[in-house]
Amino acid sequence: MVKRRLGVIKKAMAPRLREWRYSLFLFRKSMLAMVGLAIVLTMVFIAILAPVLAPPDPLQSDPMIIPKDFHQPKPPGADGHLLGTGKLGADIYYGIVWGSRTSIYISVFVVLVATIIGIVLGSVAGYYGGAIDELLMRITDIFLSIPGLILAMAVAAVLARSLENIMLALIVVWWPPYARIARGQVLSIKENTYVEAARAVGAKRSRILFRHIVPNSLSPMIVNATMDFGVVVLVAAGLSYIGFGPPSGYAEWGRMVSDGQQWFLGTTMYNGQFMNPWWMVTFPGLMIFLFVMGFNLLGDGLRDIMDPRLRR
Amino acid sequence: MKMGTFIIRRLLLLIPVLLGVSILVFSLTRIGGDPAAAYIRENMTEPQIAAIYEKYHFNEAEHIQYWYWLTGIFQGDWGWSKAAHSPVTTAITEYFPATFELTLISIIIAVFVGIGLGTISAVKKDKPVDQATRVMALSGVSLPIFWLALILQYIFFLQLNWLPAINRYDTILYVNHPFTKYTGFYLIDTLLSGNSTMFVDVVKHLILPSLTLSFGTIAIITRIMRSSMLEVLGQEYVKTARSKGLPEKVVIRKHARRNALIPTTTVVGLSFGGLLGGAVLTESIFSWPGLGRWSTSAILTNDSASILGFVLIVAIIYVIANLVVDILYAYLDPRVRLG
Repeated sequence: MVKRRLGVIKKAMAPRLREWRYSLFLFRKSMLAMVGLAIVLTMVFIAILAPVLAPPDPLQSDPMIIPKDFHQPKPPGADGHLLGTGKLGADIYYGIVWGSRTSIYISVFVVLVATIIGIVLGSVAGYYGGAIDELLMRITDIFLSIPGLILAMAVAAVLARSLENIMLALIVVWWPPYARIARGQVLSIKENTYVEAARAVGAKRSRILFRHIVPNSLSPMIVNATMDFGVVVLVAAGLSYIGFGPPSGYAEWGRMVSDGQQWFLGTTMYNGQFMNPWWMVTFPGLMIFLFVMGFNLLGDGLRDIMDPRLRR
Repeated sequence: MKMGTFIIRRLLLLIPVLLGVSILVFSLTRIGGDPAAAYIRENMTEPQIAAIYEKYHFNEAEHIQYWYWLTGIFQGDWGWSKAAHSPVTTAITEYFPATFELTLISIIIAVFVGIGLGTISAVKKDKPVDQATRVMALSGVSLPIFWLALILQYIFFLQLNWLPAINRYDTILYVNHPFTKYTGFYLIDTLLSGNSTMFVDVVKHLILPSLTLSFGTIAIITRIMRSSMLEVLGQEYVKTARSKGLPEKVVIRKHARRNALIPTTTVVGLSFGGLLGGAVLTESIFSWPGLGRWSTSAILTNDSASILGFVLIVAIIYVIANLVVDILYAYLDPRVRLG
């Protein structure tokens, strides 16, 4: 009995599976997308293995605070500091490893919440139309008429300086484009025959919207979200660089660049030698770049696969 | 629809959007704590504080406060900027030219380089040039702008010592070669003063910040230009042009590129917002005395009147820039006007 039902499910799933397999095949062929995936997976591994890669000081309560030796900055390789030390002798390698957790935390949380808000508001606007649509879309217009970074700055400026408030500010900025995309998708999908059919059998409007229309409108949003995982981190790093967000010494790449900046064009002394501490800014910035680039490559590849017009 | 009606309709549509922005900005000021705090000093007495509440209507209901605030905005009263030690409106007029000069130069660089690279990339699709351009375009949108700025300073100022790292001109050089600041746009001012030494100096100071600021926009314009160029190159009229025996150069320049430019114009308008945001970071790193640096110093001193004045002026500039682009778009592509 169970076996037979499984068989039925398999048969029903067959075209979808074939579709997935074909997509996977195309994805494997795309070199840049694979590079993107590799970068993203590396970042995730670094984040998961952070306690192994850079064991925190057992005496320190918060592992996100970078351990420091309160000495002058040291160059890479000195005294067992793989990538050197920064402001107050904070270990750069440690900050980079644990900073990957901060970045993933920011990007996943902001993108997920913003997408959900965007999908709900956008699809409601698109499906019900009329006054609700008009109102919701004018509100998105208002949010879209202020450049993203600047709106985020304004929101963050009236809140206390913390990582969570940066994320809140980013969510405020990030939902409107998703609402726009979701609305457009719903508008075109709701004309399909299967929606008509669902309506004919007497399905409730909310059921039609969230069970039939929304799941079919997700693919362009997946591409967007993938790229945004990176872009969110880029903007968050910018905000954190300006001075919003976590305090100095926290394992966040933007903050680390800003901590290193005051030394960047100056000099430090190590072993009786004067040198320019280029490592303080270079490494955290490089990590931001790689993180964002990874998701951009992945998103670019996904778009080529998911958009049937670009496929053939 | 005629062009005139089109423009008027678009202008009218701006009113509700800008009103909405003002409500949003006003709500933010009220979330940020007591607005009277900006006017109260430590040694004030109770009645003096009460007088401030009375004077700025902080003891009225929220919507009445909004009304007073809005009429204030229209009468040129944008509040007091602690960061600039002057009224917000004075600060904006003082800092605006620096930002405008920087963003304008950056957008010009971005448009020319982006269109050029995008065209080459599309024409030589899948060749090494194309691959290199695509990777460059992707890295352009992935680079943290503040980091790029620091790296450029490191290379061109600290290591090579070719270009200055901060400011709009060399202050010591200025003492010996002063020029009159007629407009606040120093490229124009130095030319008007006939001061070639300072003109060269001003150009030198512009190079690093404008390169930093334009990099991301170059990437965006390149990507759009490449894809719209590819689309156009597949069109029948391009085939026709080729089969007529026109030289490839003419086909690409006159037939393909002109049409591919249409979608690109929209992106230029949209990326202007990114430029204004990027200017905040760029200006604070290059000590560029513009709106962006003013706003960051306002943030660090919790100066909400300046921050909100900045957001409002940026929103106005951004909305107008996009309107101009839309009009340009309608002018370039007559099909739009019908809709």
